[in-house]
Amino acid sequence: MIKVNFKHGMVEMNHGSGGKAMHQLIEQLFLKAFDNAWLLQRRDQASLNITNPRLVMTTDGHVISPLFFPGGDIGSLAVHGTINDIAMAGATPLYLSVAFILEEGFPLSDLQKIVHSMAKAAKDANVAIVAGDTKVVERGKGDGVFITTTGIGVVPTEVQLTNQIAPGDKVIVSGFIGDHGIAVMSKRQNLQFNTEILSDSTSLHGLTAQMLRAVPTLHCLRDPTRGGVAGVLNEWANQYGLGFVIDENALPIRDAVRGACELLGIDPLYVANEGKLVAVCAAADADNVLAAMKAHPQGLDAAIIGEAISDSHCFVQMKTSFGGKRIVDWLAGDQLPRIC
Amino acid sequence: MKYISEFRDGKMAQLIAEKIKRTVEPNRHYAIMEFCGGHTHAIHRYGITSLLPKNIELIHGPGCPVCILPIARIDYAIALAELPQVILCSYGDMLRVPGSDQYSLLKAKAKGADVRMVYSIDDALMIARQNPNKEVIFFAVGFETTTPPTAVALLQAQKEQLKNFTIFCNHVLTPIAMQALLEAEKNDVNSSVNLDGFIGPSHVSIVIGSDAYKIVAEHYHKPVVIAGFEPLDVMQSIEMLVVMINEKRYGIENQYTRAVSSTGNIKSQQFIAETLELRDRFEWRGLGYIEKSAMKIKAEFAAFDAELRFPMTIAEGKEHKACECGAILRGAKKPQDCKLFAVACTPENPLGSCMVSSEGACAAYYAYGRLSDD
Repeated sequence: MIKVNFKHGMVEMNHGSGGKAMHQLIEQLFLKAFDNAWLLQRRDQASLNITNPRLVMTTDGHVISPLFFPGGDIGSLAVHGTINDIAMAGATPLYLSVAFILEEGFPLSDLQKIVHSMAKAAKDANVAIVAGDTKVVERGKGDGVFITTTGIGVVPTEVQLTNQIAPGDKVIVSGFIGDHGIAVMSKRQNLQFNTEILSDSTSLHGLTAQMLRAVPTLHCLRDPTRGGVAGVLNEWANQYGLGFVIDENALPIRDAVRGACELLGIDPLYVANEGKLVAVCAAADADNVLAAMKAHPQGLDAAIIGEAISDSHCFVQMKTSFGGKRIVDWLAGDQLPRIC
Repeated sequence: MKYISEFRDGKMAQLIAEKIKRTVEPNRHYAIMEFCGGHTHAIHRYGITSLLPKNIELIHGPGCPVCILPIARIDYAIALAELPQVILCSYGDMLRVPGSDQYSLLKAKAKGADVRMVYSIDDALMIARQNPNKEVIFFAVGFETTTPPTAVALLQAQKEQLKNFTIFCNHVLTPIAMQALLEAEKNDVNSSVNLDGFIGPSHVSIVIGSDAYKIVAEHYHKPVVIAGFEPLDVMQSIEMLVVMINEKRYGIENQYTRAVSSTGNIKSQQFIAETLELRDRFEWRGLGYIEKSAMKIKAEFAAFDAELRFPMTIAEGKEHKACECGAILRGAKKPQDCKLFAVACTPENPLGSCMVSSEGACAAYYAYGRLSDD
C-alpha cells in the first residue's frame, strides 16, 4: 500500500471522497492511532454491549482557533469536552465517536498531531473512540479542521444526582477559573501576549466519581466552558427560579489570569474553562464534598464560592471585595470568539 | 495584583465613606457628574453609590466615545465597510453600536462585509501591510486618550507611504463638551440638571493635563477633581469635591497625581498638533452640534483621510423613537427613566448606544445597578 506522506502532504479533496486516498488515511492514521476492536472491524458503525440501562449521551462540536494552544489542542479538547459533558451527569464515560471536517490544503502533519493527541486523551480517560467519519471541504470553506465528538456513558446505580437546587445550597468550584480562555487568547493572532498560563483542558470523570462516592446525592454538576462560571450560575438561576450570591474574595483566580483580564478589560467569571466544574450541594454536605474534591489532584484548589438564595429576579449577585454588591449578568455578545 | 489591589481595598473604602458621611452637609444636595464612562463603569462595578450618603447624586456624563457618536457617523462607517475591497477595522464595542434601523457593523459583517475587531490601530496598520490589494480603513473613535495613537499611525503611514490605509477620524474633545453641557444648563431655565462639580477624566487628563479644564472651572465656577479610575480614587475624589463644594470653592484639584500633570503629555500633544486640526463643528449624540469639538485629519495627511478618499452623502441618522440616550448623555435622565431600558433594550439587543459599551450609562446600570431597584 502507498504510504501517506504525513511529513509534507496536505489534505486533498480525495481524502474525503470515498476512494483509495480516504481509505489510506483511515488505515494509516485513524485506525492506527485509535486502535481498538470496534474500529478494526472496519464497519460503518460500532455495536456496543451495554448492560446498565442508565445511559447518558452527548455531542459537541469544536471549532477553536488557534488549533494548538498552550496546554492542549483541538484534538485533546474534543475528547475532554465530550467526556466532561458525560461526567457532569454523574456518569462514567465509555465510548466516543468522532467526525472530522477537514479543509483542503490542511497540513497532514498537523492532522496527525491532532489525531495522536485525541488518542492519548482518550486512552488516559480509558475511553474508546469506536466510530468516525471524515469529510473534506474546499479551501476557504473551513478553518483547517472542525471536530465533532459524540459520547456515551453510564450512571452507576449508587449515584443519585438530584438535578434540583434549593435556596441555601452551596456552590463549589473545583479550582482556578479562566485558565483555558486566557491561554487561548494569549495565542490569538492579533492579541499575542506572553503568559505562562496553560489551558486546564482535562477529563473530569475521575473527580466527579470521587465527589459522588462521598456524597451520592449531589444536587447539580456543570462544566463552565463558554460563558464561564457566570454563565452556568445564570442558567441555573433561570432554570430553577432562584438567585445566587457569590463572594468575590472566595473565587480562585490565578494572579496571571487576573492580570491578563485586567489588561484586556474582561471579567474572569465569563472566561471559559475546559477542566473545571461547578457543583451545587446541600449546605450540610458542602464540607464533605469539598474534602473529597481536595483529596483529588484535580480539586486541590476547590473552594466554596457562594450559595443559592430565593430571588424572584433570578439575579446572580456578587459581594465585591471592595465592599459593594453587583449583578453578575449573562454575557452579552462574544467576550472571546472561538475558544472551544 | 500588586499596584492594583491597593486601590481596591475594601477597608480603606469604608474609612473614606465614613469621612464623606461626616463631611457632607445633611441638608443640601450634591449633584456630581462623572464625565468619563470609565468612572461610570468603576462606580457601578464596585458598588460605590451604595457606600455614599443619599444626598450625593452621581450623574453620568457623556464621556463614552461609543455613546456620543451620532448615528450618521455609524451609518457612514457601515457604508465604508460595505464598499468592495474594503477591510474596516475598529475597537470591539463599535461593531455592536446600532446605526439607522438597528443596522450595525456586526450585522454588515454577517452579510459579508470584512469588518475586523482590533485592540489597537497598530493592528490595522499591520493588516494594511499584509493586504496591499485591499483598502484598509480604521474607524477611529475616542476622546483625547485614543487620539495620540491615531496621530502616530498617520505619521507611520506617511513614512511607509502606505497606499491602502485610511482613517475615518471621529476624535472628540473633552473640555469643549463639558463647556457645552454647562452652557446648555445655563441657558435652560427649566434644566433639571444643576451640576455642583465634576469628577474629571483620568486617561484624558494624562494627555491634555489638568490645566485644560481652566475654562470649566473659572468661567463656569465649578470645582473639578481629576480622578484615577480605581474605586478608591473615585471615593477620594468625591471626598475632595464635597469639601470644595462646602467651601464654595471652584477650581481644579488633582487626585490622580501619580499620572496627571498640569500640562499633560507634551509629546502626545505635539503628535496631535502635527497631524490633526479642529473641525468647525461636530455632531454629538444627545448634545447636538458643538463648535470646535472634534478633530479632523490635516491637509498634509489628506491621502490617509477616509472621508476624502471615499466621500459619501449620508442621510440624517434615524434614532429609535423611544430611545432616551440623548437625555441620558446630557445627565437630564437616568437609564431607568427610559421606557425601553431592560425591556426592549438590553446588552444583547441594544437599541441605543448607551447600552453597548460597558462604559455606557445604560449598560453599566443594567449590569451593576439593577440590584438597588428593590
